Amino acid sequence: MALLEVNNLGISFGGLRAVNEFHLKIEKGCLYGLIGPNGAGKTTVFNLLTGVYKPNEGVIRLDGENIVGKKTIDINKAGIARTFQNIRLFKDLSVLDNVKAGLHNHYRYSTLEGIFRLPKYHKMEKAMDEKALELLSVFDLDKEADTLAANLPYGKQRKLEITRALATEPKLLLLDEPAAGMNPNETKELMETIRFVRDEFHMTILLIEHDMKLVSGICEELTVLNFGEVLAEGKTSDVLNNPEVIKAYLGE
Amino acid sequence: MKKMSKTTKDNMITYLMVILIFIVVQILTSTGNVSSLLQGLLVPLCAYIILAVSLNLTVGILGELSLGHAGFMCVGAFTSAFFSKCAMEAIPVTGLRYFIALLIGAAAAGACGILIGIPVLRLKGDYLAIVTLAFGEIIKNIVNVLFIGKDENGFHFSTKDSLSLGLEDGGKVIINGPQGITGTPKDSTFIIGVALILVTLFIVLNLMHSRSGRAIMAIRDNRIAAESVGINITKYKLMAFSISAALAGVAGVIYAHNLATLTAQPKNFGYNMSIMILVFVVLGGIGNMRGSIIAAIILTLLPELLRSLSDYRMLIYAVVLIVMMLFNWSPKAIEWREKFSAKFRRGKNKSAKEAA
Amino acid sequence: MSFISYLINGISLGSVYAIIALGYTMVYGIAKMLNFAHGDVIMIGAYVVMTAIAGAGMPPLLAVLLAVIFCTVLGVVIESVAYRPLLNAASSLAVLITAIGVSYLLQNVALLIFGANTKSFSSVVPVPALALAGGALTISGETIVTIASCIVIMIGLTLFIKKSKAGQAMLAVSEDKGAAQLMGINVNGTIALTFAIGSALAAVAGVLLCSAYPSLTPYTGAMPGIKAFVAAVFGGIGSIPGALIGGILLGVIEIFGKAYISSQMADAIVFGVLIIVLIVKPTGILGKNIQEKV
Repeated sequence: MALLEVNNLGISFGGLRAVNEFHLKIEKGCLYGLIGPNGAGKTTVFNLLTGVYKPNEGVIRLDGENIVGKKTIDINKAGIARTFQNIRLFKDLSVLDNVKAGLHNHYRYSTLEGIFRLPKYHKMEKAMDEKALELLSVFDLDKEADTLAANLPYGKQRKLEITRALATEPKLLLLDEPAAGMNPNETKELMETIRFVRDEFHMTILLIEHDMKLVSGICEELTVLNFGEVLAEGKTSDVLNNPEVIKAYLGE
Repeated sequence: MKKMSKTTKDNMITYLMVILIFIVVQILTSTGNVSSLLQGLLVPLCAYIILAVSLNLTVGILGELSLGHAGFMCVGAFTSAFFSKCAMEAIPVTGLRYFIALLIGAAAAGACGILIGIPVLRLKGDYLAIVTLAFGEIIKNIVNVLFIGKDENGFHFSTKDSLSLGLEDGGKVIINGPQGITGTPKDSTFIIGVALILVTLFIVLNLMHSRSGRAIMAIRDNRIAAESVGINITKYKLMAFSISAALAGVAGVIYAHNLATLTAQPKNFGYNMSIMILVFVVLGGIGNMRGSIIAAIILTLLPELLRSLSDYRMLIYAVVLIVMMLFNWSPKAIEWREKFSAKFRRGKNKSAKEAA
Repeated sequence: MSFISYLINGISLGSVYAIIALGYTMVYGIAKMLNFAHGDVIMIGAYVVMTAIAGAGMPPLLAVLLAVIFCTVLGVVIESVAYRPLLNAASSLAVLITAIGVSYLLQNVALLIFGANTKSFSSVVPVPALALAGGALTISGETIVTIASCIVIMIGLTLFIKKSKAGQAMLAVSEDKGAAQLMGINVNGTIALTFAIGSALAAVAGVLLCSAYPSLTPYTGAMPGIKAFVAAVFGGIGSIPGALIGGILLGVIEIFGKAYISSQMADAIVFGVLIIVLIVKPTGILGKNIQEKV
């Protein structure tokens, strides 16, 4: 069974059909790319998958369970975590606290235990600190644990957002243009990191990207979206050689 | 782990500061250096400080604006004073009675916080501000038309006047509409006030540095991202808001048990009071609890010390509020300050400059 | 008969709320800020008229004109000094708190100049009262002028926004500041113009309010200001017809509440309405639902 299976997904805003008859099938452990020209509806698909928008029709199955109609937080609990195209960090919290916020549902203690500093508070906070630092060290951010998130340089902010998403222990990680605004060196490094995350955490990753180099370099399979509909899908090399896709991208 | 000890140290400084101020005031009082006028201000000052810390929880930590904090204080004041007056004979032990009064005041105000919070916290900030303002005015309005009396048949209610309560002989009016509650036991003392400030700080500071506090601040910084990592927005907003309201209720209990006659006027429970507390919070630094305490002390005592300025007091508050906001939040002012501090630090070391 | 006379009084009070609410709604639509000081501009307008008539002996109409000009300038100055630097601030609370500060400043300046005592405001309306149904129903001149002014202002403003270039620019800025700027619209100028119009209307509202309820203190504007904001929210903030509907409904509710329920509870009733509206339909009667872009 595929980890994520989407069928006949559609949504309209006013009269505009933003996504139409969208389908997607991602096997566990796959590094999957969602590409398409600007305004093709890629981020809308992410927002549908994470419950930010409710689809007009369609089914989204995560591990066989239909998650359509669930709230964003429940979808996160079910196992989908994401990053955002325009970075959304908790900017006045430290880097460490950003990750610890991501651990929110996995290391629990009650508000009263927190206020009265009961033993469980100390135990859990210590465990959270360790886990968060461990995650941060994967992304080489552990040195900056005490820095305010807003003060990180751009590239590191993107990495921190991925770290925070991973902290929620998802089955599926959605990355919305992770390389946006990065220089070629940073992009190359990011590719390594994404591949590392997949291997190390046995993560399934779906990413939106414009950078063709990144897409062809790491994605095993692709879906191409054009005007809200699936234009092509399949193995990366096949899709990128598809004349329809070339036409959509070169705009002939 | 280094971070932990740093915040703990920071919190300790705040507690110590309060204790130190308490000791200094005690010494000054015992040596006769505090005028009776200032002595009379000490208990209300404790109430204002708690109010400021609790409002800072809403404004600085939750990131929402409440303009009805005086309303929550009013609820705490009237419910607790009502209780204390009824229980004066039944519970003669002052300490126990005061403790129960505190619980009742906090619970009633907290319940109002939940009641207001449920519908409104779904909305954007400006609406919360206006609804809390509306709430404060409604409470003031209701208290002023409320008459409650007690005789051997139990409690009697009216919204017209004390005569229409229809009390038997020997019955007495407890809440007398615009005349409020008279004869509440004056149980609040400076020591109790300071102890309650410490309790308030303990609750707020520990909350801030716990799992729930992190969730609340995450929501403040980015609601959509907080949702995406599985944080329950409504739950934590409501939690912060109701704790803040309950603490305002505690301030009300202190305030009420320091007055011979408790009435709800615009001056003490109206919009003006809410604004005054907001000025404390803004001046002390939004999100900075220690700052709120210092600002509350200075702005309460200063006008009393400089009585000639009292005509201009509110005017000065207004100007201070505007100037502080422009200085702290205007993008241009921030840019200018950063440039200035960068110039200042140049030569010390490079990493400091980068951090700025 | 008393029912009809309450209704007319309600519509008259509601017309004043509607005129004030216009200022809120336009400013909110364009600058996305709640101008807390709007209500106090009303009070300033009324004091200007009072001073001009009683102090300088001006004819009423000229005094009103002076108040309108004074408040327009005041509104523009407030916007440029206190609000504009904060329009792009990181927190939207910043400009809201500043607006509260401005409101406080205006009240206390008035307090210092005119004192806390209630001043009686003599009506500037020259229209005689109208007796209907054989004298059983009288409609005061103030009521007639208030309702008429409200209608004229509504029509005028709607035409201005639909037909004039500046009005179209306002619509554009309220839709998307950035895009409007790219299209060559002077965004700051448009925002200033909005404040100017809103403040001019506040002056008119102040005169009408104080002619109908002839007492004036530094706090006169605060409560009607807040209620007018309630009206704007009620009708759907950002919508001009919404301000009219919200204002009239609120005025009628207030007068009926005073007459039939409890005169002391009238304010509580008005604010209760606000809370109910926000629970049932947070966007108000004619409001648009705007979703945050992810």
